[in-house]
Amino acid sequence: MSDEEKGYGQSEEEQRAVVMGIDFRNDGYMLLTLLVAVYAAYLIGGLVIGLPFRGLMNQIGQLTFWIGVFAMAALALNLHWGYTGLFNIGIVGFMAVGVYVTGIISKPVFGSGTSAAEIGGLGLPLWVGILGGMVAAGAIGFIAALPALRLRADYLAIVTIALSEIIRFSLLSDSLSKHTIGGYTIGLGGGDGVILDYGDPLEQFIRALSFPFDLVLGESGWLWNEVYLGILVDFVSNYIPNNPKPVVDNFAYAAVLLVILGIMYALILRTGNSPFGRVLKAIREDEDVTNALGKDTNVFKIKAFVVGCALMGLIGIFWFGTQGSVTPNTFRPRITFYVWIALIIGGSGSNTGSVMGGAVFAAFLFQGPRYFKNIVETVLGNPEAPSSFGQAMEPLLNGGIVEWITASFLFTLDSIRQLQLFLMGIVLIVLMHRRPDGMLGHRKEAASSIPLTRPLKRSGGGDDAVATDGGEDQ
Amino acid sequence: MGESSTSDRTRNIDVEMVMRALLVILAVVLLVDLVRRLVTGDVTISGVLVLVKDGLMRGLVIGLAGIGLSMTYSILNFANFAHGDYITAGAFSGWATTYTIAGGFGSAANIGSLVLVGAGGSVFGGALGINTFATPLAVIIGLLVAGAFTIVLALVMDRFVFKPIRDSGGIPLLITSIGLAFALRYSILFVFGSGTRGVTNTGTLPGIRPYFIDGQVPLTFHDLVLVVVAGGLMLGVHVLLQFTKLGKAMRAMSDDESLARITGIATERVIRATWLIGGGLTGVSGFMFVLWKGTISWNDGWLLLLLIFAAVILGGIGSVYGAIVGGLVIGLTASTAVIWIPSGFARAAAFLVMILVLVARPQGIFAGRSTA
Repeated sequence: MSDEEKGYGQSEEEQRAVVMGIDFRNDGYMLLTLLVAVYAAYLIGGLVIGLPFRGLMNQIGQLTFWIGVFAMAALALNLHWGYTGLFNIGIVGFMAVGVYVTGIISKPVFGSGTSAAEIGGLGLPLWVGILGGMVAAGAIGFIAALPALRLRADYLAIVTIALSEIIRFSLLSDSLSKHTIGGYTIGLGGGDGVILDYGDPLEQFIRALSFPFDLVLGESGWLWNEVYLGILVDFVSNYIPNNPKPVVDNFAYAAVLLVILGIMYALILRTGNSPFGRVLKAIREDEDVTNALGKDTNVFKIKAFVVGCALMGLIGIFWFGTQGSVTPNTFRPRITFYVWIALIIGGSGSNTGSVMGGAVFAAFLFQGPRYFKNIVETVLGNPEAPSSFGQAMEPLLNGGIVEWITASFLFTLDSIRQLQLFLMGIVLIVLMHRRPDGMLGHRKEAASSIPLTRPLKRSGGGDDAVATDGGEDQ
Repeated sequence: MGESSTSDRTRNIDVEMVMRALLVILAVVLLVDLVRRLVTGDVTISGVLVLVKDGLMRGLVIGLAGIGLSMTYSILNFANFAHGDYITAGAFSGWATTYTIAGGFGSAANIGSLVLVGAGGSVFGGALGINTFATPLAVIIGLLVAGAFTIVLALVMDRFVFKPIRDSGGIPLLITSIGLAFALRYSILFVFGSGTRGVTNTGTLPGIRPYFIDGQVPLTFHDLVLVVVAGGLMLGVHVLLQFTKLGKAMRAMSDDESLARITGIATERVIRATWLIGGGLTGVSGFMFVLWKGTISWNDGWLLLLLIFAAVILGGIGSVYGAIVGGLVIGLTASTAVIWIPSGFARAAAFLVMILVLVARPQGIFAGRSTA
């Protein structure tokens, strides 16, 4: 993580990990401090209220899942917007393509086994499905990129959001819902969606990891049977006696996500500092100049767009692939909006910022309000809330101020899932007014491969520093 | 971005030529197919006419709402994604008024239910007998309130949301407008609830069902009202922009803002006038859309927004005629597309037309005629 510190084009001062006036020694500490603070807030909140241990652990597991998902999504978007300046607001469409294609490839064949699903799949292993989902999302990105990348940023925005809606309408359509092609009964399921009955992805993943151990020990699925179920779940059952496996599953899946997040972070960082990444950043700064320097910017833009779309497909699979089923109307543009807020909070252009933005968004804007609702309802003993705004306001007509305050508070609490979108909108407006660069956006990496900053003052070397300035003050 | 080198520009023009040729071929193929199916009796002439009428009505709403979007797009240089929710806000403010008046200020039903446009099925527009023929006063006042409320909303939002970052460029403004769109939409959802409800009484609404060659083409009084209101407003805007100093100032500003300011145009005042005209038309279009289709829902405007963008881009940003023509084209596309493709793809077809137009002719069909 300290690699980004070596990023060029920043003065010593700007490279420091400074957020809200606090100087962290490097990005790793900064991220760690943030995560510790978030988890501490969640734990303390739960413990003070006396949330049951199992509920608390579920919340923490979910929080980790959301942090992983949003951090990854913000990273992928950073490749589009932060690096290349491609204004993609069709993220959710690529996620949908990823998870649907994975489903179709990896679902069991129609009519086989005990599956009650309306439509079948190709029955291939899950890893083939995931690969297929990524390729499909990348391919859709390629088709969209060919004509669209010639357009202005705001036109590209409109094209990508229209594309994501076209994808949703296609998933909803009756005419694509069920077909028999080459002996396989497959389809997109229409409004009912697709049941993802390809088995537990976590179990399949751990069983796959177990392969070398199985060879040595001559067992099948040793890591899953003996280590995961035998040791880990058994250990947790000391604390959660009643059915501990789902809780452990949550944590294990979230941990896998965090590991993949780490890999993705390292890869994107490496890409960003490679000659390829420097061209992307140059396109962001000035496409005409990059073109004049002999780089075919269209090719670079298409490549960056396709890679980002494939990553979005992968994130879609991680996000929705474990939920048992998907329906088209899950993939509304609001999910795109979530990812954009995460990126803007962190600061577009900075990878560490993207991860931090994802974590902050997941903890305080996405999961936070729901957790708050959970806690308050536990404290108040799950009171009955008014079912509509009208009922909440009714006491006002009858003169009961206290009743009115109670009723409107309960109604507000009850509609927190809608209100949190209102809140996110306000946060986005305030961010664009006050901190358009986000937490770390000021550390935007420059496109050059050599430092553009003035060298430290040497004795007697007064004016020669100007020559190495590159003419541009970062 | 855009044209950067000679070779690049030549290639762009090549792509545009190819796309245009493809569009023409597609149109010819579809027309031939339509004639074939009319001859074989696969589709009826009256059936096509019903779709065309539906498309034209939708197109009028899209065009009317598009004028405001087009004006702010060309003068303030950003795509306002909150525009769709201005439409919804206008519709709800107007219909709350209409409900309250038609419900006799609480004598026909609970005043709270009336103000909340019958949230949660507490009171129905059909039961109140609302339509332009039976309760003209309630509808007209509702229409005026919808326009006035949206003007105030647009001006207030401009003052607090857009004005502080006016100079930071199109993309930050666009992102901010997405934030505003979500804040507005979900506050409407919070107050008015998520149910889609019928607001008009179509039973007492006069209409004619003329027989045309091979079937009936029903026309209602609300079709007529929509044509009169939308047509009148479009004409009014045309006169306003063509023959007043304000129109000239707007055209100057959309060409070059600093130059306009140097020549003594009070740019902030022009911006306010833009929001005023655009907001008024938007609110009215929202109210009329609901009156015409007979139902209201919290995401009506958002669902219309992309079609409006399609219309505005098709017509050329900044052009009022463009917005109107673009609206009619998009409305017709979305409604007649079902002749050839499954109805689930009708909206997708309109978006596809927009993408094709962006690629084939990014400057739109009325390019170069800002606010005229």
